[in-house]
Amino acid sequence: MSDIQATPGKITVVALVENKPGVLNRVASLFRRRAFNVDSLTVGRTHRPYVSRMTIVVDSERADAHKIAANLSKLINVIDVQILTDTPHVSRDLALIKVRSDDAESRNELTEICERHPARIIDIGPEVAIVEMVGTEQAVAEFIEQVRPIGIVEMIRTGVVAMGRGTRIHDTEYEPVFKKNGVAEHMNVL
Amino acid sequence: MRLKGSEIILECLIHEGVTVMFGYPGGAILPTYDAMSKYMDRLHHVLVRHEQGASHMADGYARATGNVGVCIATSGPGATNLITGLATAMMDSSPVVAITGQVAVPTIGTDAFQETDVTGATLPVTKHNYLVTDVEELAYTIKEAFYIARTGRPGPVLIDVPKDVQNAETEFDYDALEPVHLPGYRLLSGASEDQIDQMLDLIHEAERPVILAGHGITMSGANAELQDLAELAQIPVAQTLLGKGSMPQSHPLVVGWMGMHGDAASNNAIQEADLLIALGMRFDDRVTGNLKSYSPHSRKIHIDIDPSELNKNVVVDVPVAGDLKTVLRQVLPRLERRTHAEWLNRIRDWQEDSSERDILNHDTQGKLMAAQVINDLWRYTDGNAITVSDVGQHQMLEAQYYPHQRPSTMLTSGGLGTMGFGFPASIGAKFGKPDEEVWAIVGDGGFQMTLCELATARQENINVNIAIINNSFLGMVRQWQELFYERRYQSTPMFSPDFCKLAEAYGIPSMRVTSRDQIQESVDFARSVDGPVLIEYVVEKEDIVYPMVPSGADLHDMKRRPKPGELA
Ligand SMILES: Cc1ncc(C[n+]2csc(CCOP(=O)(O)OP(=O)(O)O)c2C)c(N)n1
Repeated sequence: MSDIQATPGKITVVALVENKPGVLNRVASLFRRRAFNVDSLTVGRTHRPYVSRMTIVVDSERADAHKIAANLSKLINVIDVQILTDTPHVSRDLALIKVRSDDAESRNELTEICERHPARIIDIGPEVAIVEMVGTEQAVAEFIEQVRPIGIVEMIRTGVVAMGRGTRIHDTEYEPVFKKNGVAEHMNVL
Repeated sequence: MRLKGSEIILECLIHEGVTVMFGYPGGAILPTYDAMSKYMDRLHHVLVRHEQGASHMADGYARATGNVGVCIATSGPGATNLITGLATAMMDSSPVVAITGQVAVPTIGTDAFQETDVTGATLPVTKHNYLVTDVEELAYTIKEAFYIARTGRPGPVLIDVPKDVQNAETEFDYDALEPVHLPGYRLLSGASEDQIDQMLDLIHEAERPVILAGHGITMSGANAELQDLAELAQIPVAQTLLGKGSMPQSHPLVVGWMGMHGDAASNNAIQEADLLIALGMRFDDRVTGNLKSYSPHSRKIHIDIDPSELNKNVVVDVPVAGDLKTVLRQVLPRLERRTHAEWLNRIRDWQEDSSERDILNHDTQGKLMAAQVINDLWRYTDGNAITVSDVGQHQMLEAQYYPHQRPSTMLTSGGLGTMGFGFPASIGAKFGKPDEEVWAIVGDGGFQMTLCELATARQENINVNIAIINNSFLGMVRQWQELFYERRYQSTPMFSPDFCKLAEAYGIPSMRVTSRDQIQESVDFARSVDGPVLIEYVVEKEDIVYPMVPSGADLHDMKRRPKPGELA
């Protein structure tokens, strides 16, 4: 499923960053300082040991794509920035939802809803079940609304991760001068 | 060569061309201070009286020379005291490297004695910062820090070095260090062919063009290119506060200063222009006034090294991210001559009108006016001194009444408007330019924020001339209270010490000036003293800096100086 514009009024930004301590803090501090409203921010490893990748979804009311990209690029540890909003891309959000399952009715209902979505029950007990749902931000939101009447007990969404289709982000065989502080085994951007 | 971290710091500074550093010792930086004795012949340390002074001095040194200024402080309170100076340098793109001590690596995060998260605290006020946790990385990090501070859009960089890293030993060979490798830090150079074409088209078509010259001109060393552009196409030049001196102010094409207290002629020209060519400036609210009515008829070209400045406050037709000197050199060979006689005449009329209205040339009934002091300072220093002003009315008057002919001779805190900057920055400037005459022009308020550096000036016997413009008020705030708060002078009348007695206590010669006919003598006196000297000019208490665009008003809607007999 490809979405040209994930959600109206939102800007989706991808940043490749050096995998070093403090980088997430620098990015978060920049967004706060420039009064860009962050909807979600995710960080994760890439196939390159010294490069991490962030997907940031920003409210477009106080920011435009150029502003965000230009400011992010100013951070020394940001290797490259790509704005995905208007280019074809795929995006995924993951939710873990703990739902009431203390009677047959609720369990049946949950199973039915899950069959209609890319969702599955990954844990079930006499009181509550945990469901995992993966999809676009929109799809996850819709799923949550269907589950809500059963009774949500706990919930977490990871925030959006996104990737351009067909295009390729400017990538480097980046290796830091000092490797000890940015090794593949652990994430260090915090 | 096997060296300790502390020695590596100092070796690296020497390799980066540093000859003077401004600082204050303390526990966490003590190893580095201990190592200094080994390098005293090549590296002079100036002991300040407050770390804020150290960061302003490093900044003043950087502004006067274009080279990186260096300040040093201990962990915790020493480092936090640097912050105002770092923020000041950040706003005005001044290349400063700050080195701070930090508690030992194993104790980081334990609230150890004098521990502050300095990289965290300085993150928004530095271009970049580092916490070095391994002595192996120290030399390379310092090299990278200097590179970042002085390249691109310059700015302050802080390096936090834990005490155990300063004590640890490793092999040091500066020449064997890796070349700086920063994958995400791309330096910009020229414009694309397309952009050059677009710029030339707009310039050739324009009938009422104006160049807006900012700090970036001098930072990029594009002063000659600016003048060529202006002269070839006969384009009038308006300057920002930090753009003053980017082209000689006596040049017939220089209209003057723009913005809140700028020349009415510049502001009128900007409002009526059909083309703005903004060079190395950032459309600060102090120069644009109301953005909605700003230069409504013009198309706009904006060249800046920092892409995030383009289309930030003012949307432009041709945004060009690049180095000014390079871009102007691309434009100049294809630039056609133009005359713009009618437009230049119109501007000249405005200039005449403003010299009648705004310049303080009416009878002041024997009172000593701050504007006269500054204008006479200009006269008797042959307009050739480096002036370092503080913040307030005297700063605006300096910009109006002390025209500068050369770049990097008018130093002031523009973006942050930091009171307390002027005096310490003048000490830094004098260290950078020992052969130039340096005047700190400060208010009675701002001077009292950093006057502890009188002791530093005395100890170093540094030849700075301090001109205190004493109006017994926080003058600029009082001006706003008079104009916008019905003269409720809340917390602006100021007691000050007897500045001349204070100077005496520091062993600094001084003079008090209360009438205009003493000004020449005061300059002669200052020039005759080898070392610091303090002159107090006791001026009219309730004076207003005209013209003025009230905050947020339209740029052409200036409050002008009332003619004699007229009410304000
Ligand atoms: C550190 C700091 N605090 C407060 C201000 C606000 N402020 C701007 S101008 C001014 C008055 C300055 O008075 P003085 O130094 O006597 O100079 P004058 O305006 O009288 O020439 C003040 C308080 C500031 N710019 N910086």
